Amino acid sequence: MCKPIEIGVSTLCANVGIERTGVLAIMMGTPNGHLTSTNPHRLPSTIAREDEHLLVAAAKKGDLSAFEELVNRYERKIFRLTMNITGNREDAEDAMQDAFLKSYSHLKDFEGTSRFYTWLVRIAANEALMRLRKRRPNQFSLDEPVETEDDLMPREIQDWGPGPEQRFAQTEMREILNNVIQELDPDYRIVFQLRDVDDLSTEETAAAVGISVPAVKSRLLRARLKLREKLAKYFQQRGGAN
Amino acid sequence: MRCSEAIREISNFIDGELGAALKHELEAHFKECEHCHLVVVQTKKAVEFYLESEPEELPGEVRTRLHGVLRKRLSSPPA
Repeated sequence: MCKPIEIGVSTLCANVGIERTGVLAIMMGTPNGHLTSTNPHRLPSTIAREDEHLLVAAAKKGDLSAFEELVNRYERKIFRLTMNITGNREDAEDAMQDAFLKSYSHLKDFEGTSRFYTWLVRIAANEALMRLRKRRPNQFSLDEPVETEDDLMPREIQDWGPGPEQRFAQTEMREILNNVIQELDPDYRIVFQLRDVDDLSTEETAAAVGISVPAVKSRLLRARLKLREKLAKYFQQRGGAN
Repeated sequence: MRCSEAIREISNFIDGELGAALKHELEAHFKECEHCHLVVVQTKKAVEFYLESEPEELPGEVRTRLHGVLRKRLSSPPA
């Protein structure tokens, strides 16, 4: 059930009513080395969702302070999204501003079958991708690179030890994660941002970026493996130093 | 199963998108191969670390401009 709306040059799915809990319906490593299924809770509490619903209802009636509260709540995430897609601060800022403006002017199209944030993400992703295409028309390679087995084979395979993230202060960890994400090839970073961070489906990601579903899967695999490899360098270095 | 075949399926394994037969084949491989087991566990953790990290605060001037634009442009109820 998807009501398309036209915003900018692309069509967005404005009321995706599917709560995807499976973006990382993943297998956890346990102390005994076995793998078990987990279902990470990525959604806000019921209270937060009801609160969001009330804010959206008030904003629809023209309550700007309610809309501003929604902006306050999501501006950091939306700016990270637009930065990770455009790779350019000026474009990221413009895309964020237009995403919030368009979300307000199209609030009547938001039917509340998904979270407001989910809907906002699609608008912001579209704004960011439009700017990226304008600035770098050849940014997206539609073809997959010719790969050898060695391309995918992981390096830096050492045990991180227990709680590697606890060796870093929260701000230091955030800086590390930000650095490794920025070091990713933009093709991989964009897919990672949309698919893993913003919870778009594989098909939605493919449509947004203009590549095939297999290409999304291939780039997501590479993005995740590269993220692991780059983080491993920090964790192993720090582990060795201690 | 060879390590290169296992690595190629790690993302689908993490997302729970594999058929039963291939999933069991991978699980069997991860039990035998410490390297591939570490890769799948660390890959999952790496993604989780990023998802759990709070985005940075907006730079002050970016936030000021955003809220200034919104106040200026959103003076009427949504159409």
